[in-house]
Amino acid sequence: MTREAGGALEARVVARVGDFTLDVAVAVAASEVLAVLGPNGSGKSTLLAAIAGHRAPTAGVVRIGERVLARAPATGGVEHDDGGDVAVDVDVAERSVGLLGQHPLLFPHLSALENVAFGPRAHGVPKRDARAVASDWLERVGLPGLERRLPSALSGGQQQRVALARTLAARPDVLLLDEPFAALDVQAAAAMRRLVSEQRASLAIPTLLVTHDPLDAIVLADRAAILQAGRIVQQGPTAEVLGHPRTPFAAALAGVNLLTGVAVARDAVRIAGAGGPIVLRGTGDALQVGTPASVVFSPASVHARAAASVDPAQAAGPSQPADPSRPVDPSQPVDNTWIGAVASLEPARGGVRIVTDQHPDLAIDVPSTAAVGLDLSTGARLAFHVAPTDVSVRTL
Amino acid sequence: MASSDVAAVAGDTRRDDLGAARRFPLWLYVPAAVAVAVLVLPLVALLVRLDWTQVPAAVASPAALQALTLSLVTAAIATAVCVVLGVPLAMVIARSSRGIAAVLRTLTTLPLVLPPLVGGIALLALLGRSGLLGETLGVLGVRIPFTTTAVVIAQTFVALPFLVITVEGSLRTAGTRYETVAAGLGARRFTVFRRITLPLVAPGVLAGTVLCFARALGEFGATALFAGNSAGTTRTMPLAIYTAFNGAGVSEDIAIALSLMLILVAIAVLVLMRSWREDAPR
Repeated sequence: MTREAGGALEARVVARVGDFTLDVAVAVAASEVLAVLGPNGSGKSTLLAAIAGHRAPTAGVVRIGERVLARAPATGGVEHDDGGDVAVDVDVAERSVGLLGQHPLLFPHLSALENVAFGPRAHGVPKRDARAVASDWLERVGLPGLERRLPSALSGGQQQRVALARTLAARPDVLLLDEPFAALDVQAAAAMRRLVSEQRASLAIPTLLVTHDPLDAIVLADRAAILQAGRIVQQGPTAEVLGHPRTPFAAALAGVNLLTGVAVARDAVRIAGAGGPIVLRGTGDALQVGTPASVVFSPASVHARAAASVDPAQAAGPSQPADPSRPVDPSQPVDNTWIGAVASLEPARGGVRIVTDQHPDLAIDVPSTAAVGLDLSTGARLAFHVAPTDVSVRTL
Repeated sequence: MASSDVAAVAGDTRRDDLGAARRFPLWLYVPAAVAVAVLVLPLVALLVRLDWTQVPAAVASPAALQALTLSLVTAAIATAVCVVLGVPLAMVIARSSRGIAAVLRTLTTLPLVLPPLVGGIALLALLGRSGLLGETLGVLGVRIPFTTTAVVIAQTFVALPFLVITVEGSLRTAGTRYETVAAGLGARRFTVFRRITLPLVAPGVLAGTVLCFARALGEFGATALFAGNSAGTTRTMPLAIYTAFNGAGVSEDIAIALSLMLILVAIAVLVLMRSWREDAPR
């Protein structure tokens, strides 16, 4: 079986599923990993289905290098002219698109070795050679000696490793990863993430990783795209997309606070709030005073202490040396410091998430060890501080 | 239960929670016991009435052996035909759109609910001397009714639904996920069918084949009408039993002895199926 050499993945896909419309364009260079982040129902699966060949797009084009996998000429006002008007829908078996999903879906009646050898054999590799290839792959994914095991005799993590080996042994031109760690326990997921990370270095193919977990993107992806209700709302280097999300939705996904306000200095933004403005100083863009700007910081980087016992020497809490030259005075905004009354509490990883009446869109995560020393009853007043080095600022 | 966690991963819902199985009204035991009696008592009575001294002679008689051989051969051929035609039909039904599948399923089930006698008359209407196709075949010098071929056709007609329904159920339970994965790995349709679909539904195919064979073996009504009852060519075991019972030269005891042979074959078939099926209910 001869195949054209791979290349970049380019997908412009419009797909209508009932009332839902997916309309996205993604491009992934060879040996690049693009993470598409989005919640359930944002269209991630529809996008993958269009690339894998499980669902023909309503309009658009999917190609790997020069090879067109799918093309649907635009109809009904959707403009996606790519110069070609011949409909193309290459059969799944001819696409050379590797797909690894949440569940390994190993063929239950075949051994680990035969599962991995399936792709090579389907491509006409003689049985013996296919087994040798499969054996190599099992070793690459860290499972030597398990060739004869049936999937039912493997752990979930091992099954997913075999599934990865099976996908890669078929020598795909594109790798699609659809929440590949979501069904694994924490340790197996970490090991699997490490494995994919190792393998991607030696694979010169574009990889599209679909996930709802920012961690996957941080560990594996060069670039990230945020998918919301069928549209990509932000796309760029992973560090930028997750480090400084542009929309509240993307911020929630990345688990960070995103606030908007007006620049009051090159590195400071004033945020309006019910209890008076907060001035947040940070790093990032050089801001122009008077223009709109956004601020991003992690809820866990905020330090909280009781507001009543104002003591300048402890202004920033025990783990964060305070700037003694700036006494905390509730009546006057001090940079990166504000006062809030507890409105609600919910569990956060390793501690408690606090939301205040004054800034309901701002979350503060306090570790359990610090939370036990605080009065966290509703209405209790707390003083908060976030270090400028933990805050990123951007012009809007 | 090494496969249980895999079944859970695959979203298998066939395994019930055995812990809740005992929570039902206890009086249900009464009708259940009656049901068992209805099913088993006649067979017990048959064995009780059996004149065991007659059995060796009856079973070893040339007429009985001839009928048994004819039955086994025709039922085996009919079963082979059913597998060759029925597995593809099951595949088509299982992978068709809902509407087409419903129509095909109804058509397939029809012979199952039809009295076999009606099936025999229908076969005559199609292939009989003046039948829809029979007339043309007659011109060509082919005569089907009252031949061994007719026996096989009658058996195929009544047994095919058993195979199709069973295999189709297996195919739908297996789903298309593994087939999609296989296609994504570059396998062509036939490769997917041969290496993935068929092995996955093998237990269903086996069960369907066994049911199909048992039904073909016991076929009486359609055979009697369409193939007749001539010793050596169309007199299968059920027809031999009927003939013996009606006393055409033989006694009722011989009919019972012959029945015993069919019962033994049926039990052998069921035991074989159970030992082959890994997931046989305990």
